[in-house]
Amino acid sequence: MPGKGRITGIKFGILSPDEIRKMSVTAIITNEVYDNDGMPIDGGPMDRRLGAIEPREVCPVCGNTRDSCPGHFGHIELAKPVIHVSFAKHIHMYLRTTCRVCGRLKISEEERKKYMELLKNLDELRLKYLKKRVHEYIRRKAAAQTKCPHCGAKQYKIRLEKPYTFYEEREEGVRRLNPAEVRKRLEKIPNEDVRLLGGDPNEARPEWMVLTVLPVPPRAVRPSILLETGIRSEDDLTHKLVDIIRSNNRLRELLDTGAPNAIIEEEWNLLQYHVTTYFDNQAPGIAVAKHRSGKVLKGITQRLKGKEGRFRGNLSGKRVDFSARTVISPDPNLSINEVGVPIDIAKILTVPERVTPWNIDELRRHVINGPEKWPGANYVIKPDGRKINLKYVDRKALAETLAPGYIVERHLKDGDIVLFNRQPSLHRISIMAHVVRVLPYKTFRLNLLVCPPYNADFDGDEMNLHVPQGEEARAEARLLMLVEKHILTPRYGGPIIGGLQDYISGAFLLTNKSTLLTREDVIELLGVAGYEGEFPEPAILKPGPYWTGKQLISLFLPKDFNYKRLARIGSAAALRCIDEDCPHDSLVIVKKGEFLIGVLDKASIGHEAPESLIHWLVKEYGEDTARLFMDYVYKMFLRFSEKYGFTMGYTHLLLPKKAREKVKEIILDKKNEVYELIEKYKHGELEPRPGRTLEETLEDEIIDLLSKKLLDAVAEAITPYFNLTNPVIIMARTGARGNPVNLTQMAAILGQQTIRGKRISRGYHNRTLPHFKPGDLGPEARGFIAHGFVEGLNPIEMFFHAAAGREGLTDTAVRTSQSGYMQRRLINALQDLRVEYDGTVRLPTGEIVQFRYGEDGVDPMKSDHGEAVKIDRVIEKVIGWRI
Amino acid sequence: MTKIKSIKQLTSLLEEHLKGKVSTKIYNDALEKLKEKYKEYGLSVDEVLNIVNEIINRYTSSQVDPGEPVGTVAAQSIGEPSTQMTLRTFHYAGVREFNVTLGLPRLIEIVDARKKPSTPIMWIYLDEEHKYDEEKAKEVARRIEMTTIENVAVEIDATPYEGAVIRLDPVMLADKGITVDDVINVLKKLKIGKNVYKDPEEDYTVRVELKQEKIDYTKIEKIKSKIASATIKGIKGIKKIIIQKQGDEYVLVAEGSNLSGVLKVPGVDYRRVYTNNIAEIEAILGIEAARQAIIKEIKGVLDEQGLDVDIRHIMLLADIMTWTGRVRQVGRMGISGEKPSVLARAAFEMTVPKLADAAVSGEIDPLVGVTENVIIGQPVPVGTGIVNIYMTYINKEEPETPLEGEISISMGNEESGEKQDSEE
Repeated sequence: MPGKGRITGIKFGILSPDEIRKMSVTAIITNEVYDNDGMPIDGGPMDRRLGAIEPREVCPVCGNTRDSCPGHFGHIELAKPVIHVSFAKHIHMYLRTTCRVCGRLKISEEERKKYMELLKNLDELRLKYLKKRVHEYIRRKAAAQTKCPHCGAKQYKIRLEKPYTFYEEREEGVRRLNPAEVRKRLEKIPNEDVRLLGGDPNEARPEWMVLTVLPVPPRAVRPSILLETGIRSEDDLTHKLVDIIRSNNRLRELLDTGAPNAIIEEEWNLLQYHVTTYFDNQAPGIAVAKHRSGKVLKGITQRLKGKEGRFRGNLSGKRVDFSARTVISPDPNLSINEVGVPIDIAKILTVPERVTPWNIDELRRHVINGPEKWPGANYVIKPDGRKINLKYVDRKALAETLAPGYIVERHLKDGDIVLFNRQPSLHRISIMAHVVRVLPYKTFRLNLLVCPPYNADFDGDEMNLHVPQGEEARAEARLLMLVEKHILTPRYGGPIIGGLQDYISGAFLLTNKSTLLTREDVIELLGVAGYEGEFPEPAILKPGPYWTGKQLISLFLPKDFNYKRLARIGSAAALRCIDEDCPHDSLVIVKKGEFLIGVLDKASIGHEAPESLIHWLVKEYGEDTARLFMDYVYKMFLRFSEKYGFTMGYTHLLLPKKAREKVKEIILDKKNEVYELIEKYKHGELEPRPGRTLEETLEDEIIDLLSKKLLDAVAEAITPYFNLTNPVIIMARTGARGNPVNLTQMAAILGQQTIRGKRISRGYHNRTLPHFKPGDLGPEARGFIAHGFVEGLNPIEMFFHAAAGREGLTDTAVRTSQSGYMQRRLINALQDLRVEYDGTVRLPTGEIVQFRYGEDGVDPMKSDHGEAVKIDRVIEKVIGWRI
Repeated sequence: MTKIKSIKQLTSLLEEHLKGKVSTKIYNDALEKLKEKYKEYGLSVDEVLNIVNEIINRYTSSQVDPGEPVGTVAAQSIGEPSTQMTLRTFHYAGVREFNVTLGLPRLIEIVDARKKPSTPIMWIYLDEEHKYDEEKAKEVARRIEMTTIENVAVEIDATPYEGAVIRLDPVMLADKGITVDDVINVLKKLKIGKNVYKDPEEDYTVRVELKQEKIDYTKIEKIKSKIASATIKGIKGIKKIIIQKQGDEYVLVAEGSNLSGVLKVPGVDYRRVYTNNIAEIEAILGIEAARQAIIKEIKGVLDEQGLDVDIRHIMLLADIMTWTGRVRQVGRMGISGEKPSVLARAAFEMTVPKLADAAVSGEIDPLVGVTENVIIGQPVPVGTGIVNIYMTYINKEEPETPLEGEISISMGNEESGEKQDSEE
């Protein structure tokens, strides 16, 4: 924003009584709000001079209607001064640090001079943190003084009883200081001393913290609501003001009639209470003010505070127009940077387009179509600023008058840029720019590959869409926020967008050594991938022409692309390949764009897989190449998965009888070991581990036996029966879904269920369920599950499984709130940091936090998985074709 | 395709084309790796030049852009994966005897800059003399481990008239290297009895005759626990030590932490002693060490959970926590509470008290941060928000002025920078 019209600072201070009176348009003197005709009473809390809020009402002060009347303050002259709760703490500070008689700071003259000099110097050096600490120091020093160094008067301890009562602890007894006395003392403090204590006498004289005049906010701040029954309902603040005025008037009356002191005190206290709750109805130590219905009133503090308060709810975050929200569903045929927008939504969201000679014909058509027919328009804005709703006008005539300079708010069309977002917006890739595709039906459609950054799935998730309205906003969206600009994440400098689930298993199956494709297959697959170019030569000629999946991938790789990496399936020792000559085909080698050996899986094309094929494709050939690769080649993976008929079922988990017996044997073995342990424990033969009790040792050993050791043994026993032709194994090994533990749990045994890392032990007295004897420490009685999902669980096991499952659910619930708060704090602490033109990282006030960002000035997003340059990759890129 | 004939040629090639254009670290790395490849496969001049160009390209394009909101990115990069962490508070961190807080609770602990971690742990490395011999390591461990009477006693009993009876465990005594006389000395220092003596009939039993005024049924339990927790030797706070073998050396892993105490113990390699208590590191080794500890601890938590987060984000967090010279908490008592902006502080937490404080001291919000500018509806001063475009307006009526507008792009804080200069 240009320098002109920019706010450069906001000064805070306390309103002085004079200022309050000066800005007030009237004194508010009566607690009656409306007269019998329902008109506001002059001098009441809803005085018309406080600003126009009704439609067509003209403000008697400024002559504006409610749209342009800013509202005006009134004031209440308080019969006796009252403490402002929010400043009680500060009043206490001033009272403690200054003399009760002469009002001067309880610090000797020389010292005062010294500190004043010091503060001046610190000010010049702009060391505000140190200044704050000097003030702290002066306060502490002055408060400790028991005798005034100026007038020699004896000082007493001042105690603040929350929220607003002050006591002076004299030898003869504790005496309460009423607000009038407090104010008198504060008045005596000289300006210089206020400054030494960290105050600003020009903006906030100490005595102004004790109210003698109360400002009455404009009506617009506290509008009354007209209920359906025709009864007027006043705002909480108005109610509170009525209470204050009533109490104030009564107090004045009492004072005028010379009532006894005790009665005056009482009424004064009541006034103090009302003023306090008007400011803060949650002040500690006092009763909350309530409606007659028992509903708690909202004070001014409550309006500002908290997540839904003015600051966080209305100022830091605002509600916006031109947005939409609906359920999302997948569409693999969209590009990764597109979003399918339902036609109904496209007819409501609009883009303002200025009429030019080049678009006038099209915009005319839009105007003629109007708001009901897509693609149409909803409003036309004339050069004079008038906005015409196309619903109610002769659109044909209007379209005729359309001329350059008009602005048409036309419907969302294909190719428009929009922002797409899913909550929780934990990182910047939770909001990305997509290109619109208007589609039938009622859901937003998105490519499956962009699920990871949004962390979206399709079990009912909803997402939001925003239409940028300005040229700058659209430009920034296209240049900075488009999906393909975020394939690489700044979190670790690798792709966060990439293949997942079916894409990965499909890629594996397609590139598998045993996959041979017929001419028809190749045509179909290249068809979905939109291949344009020469038809590849078959890799196999006898018994007939066959093509390999690797050949098809090669067609899409850049011709100078070299790549070598162990596939994910090779991470298991049994399938690892060390060099090219290997039967498992788990080493991926691409030379000069020719996919030679290996299979594609998560390590090469997956999301969150740094230093992968897709990573180097983005880095070296640009995001557009990568996007097209994901749009087209990835579709081939899905199509092959469909053609292959990839599926998984019950039968894939069945174990032969021999294996089942073996598993049972292992389980029995381990169980017996547990029984032995228990026996040992009962006979006191068990050796306690250092620092643990006997019981803890027993539990530790049992858990050790039944979870890790047992599962490992079982896994070892059953792996021979599963190989890479099994879809479950394919999914687990390629990284598409699941892991080997899941397999063991389904096929063989669930193992020990735990709650908080311990065996399940609670429930009944000394036992978990009534099916067991009290004190039974055996495996079954403590949540051991000896069956897998294939076999099925017995009712007791099912109960334990549910109990352990519940822990996971509560964990997630607790964790989200905890990590959410932590992230809010992190963001708040770090958000102002930025890289300056000189490469330093600074706070906006100019303090240097890092002399070079990250010590090497490298942006993680543009790095090679954290390094500025991955030399190995550069060498591989250049000479990889011959090594 | 001219082949490179010698390593010398390769070196001079790199020196000519790469040196000075990238950081020394990358240069050395490249040289090292190219030498390796040269020996293995041979290289041609063209290839080397291609590699050099690619390195320079990647290096220059990897630099951060001015205005990049690195703070926000760091916060998100640490905060987002934390939602995926498991909440298993306790986990075995290499040492299964100890529970160590890990995962989200530990992360929050670090960020909160707590004075003491919930599970303090020390890694005590030993000097040359002691580190290869288990016995010698044990000897050092005995010096460090805080041993109380409870640790070496089988039974501690006390009755008002018979006094306190402490039956000691000879095995434990030997293990800890303590004699019965040591125990008696400690008991004497406790000043609870008028006489402390070895039981003449039973070995390894110490009796304490209670003072007359101490004979009180209500205080008997207190006396018992006082005896039990009396320190015989060792360093305060170190509850237990496990001797672990790391490679060919023995390392002591201690539950509890007392850096200043352990550093003084002979046999300890004070250069390598580590504790997970950041506040202690700050107090004893200084702020730079604390910063390093914060980085190490956060990285450790994330790595343990298998979460990949760039080290630069963690470094930035550690820097903002420590740049003032002391460790500040991330939150309203630290970084957020010391921001220059009133509005930013009020919008974070404790809205009304913060506003009251600002009013009393007549503070001015300079409106330079992100939150403040969001609140008043101005562009935020990060990212594209730091660039302004000025254009000299040309009035068409005036024929003298040239038709082309002069466009200048200014850097962010130009105005405020000028202001600062003029003030000085």
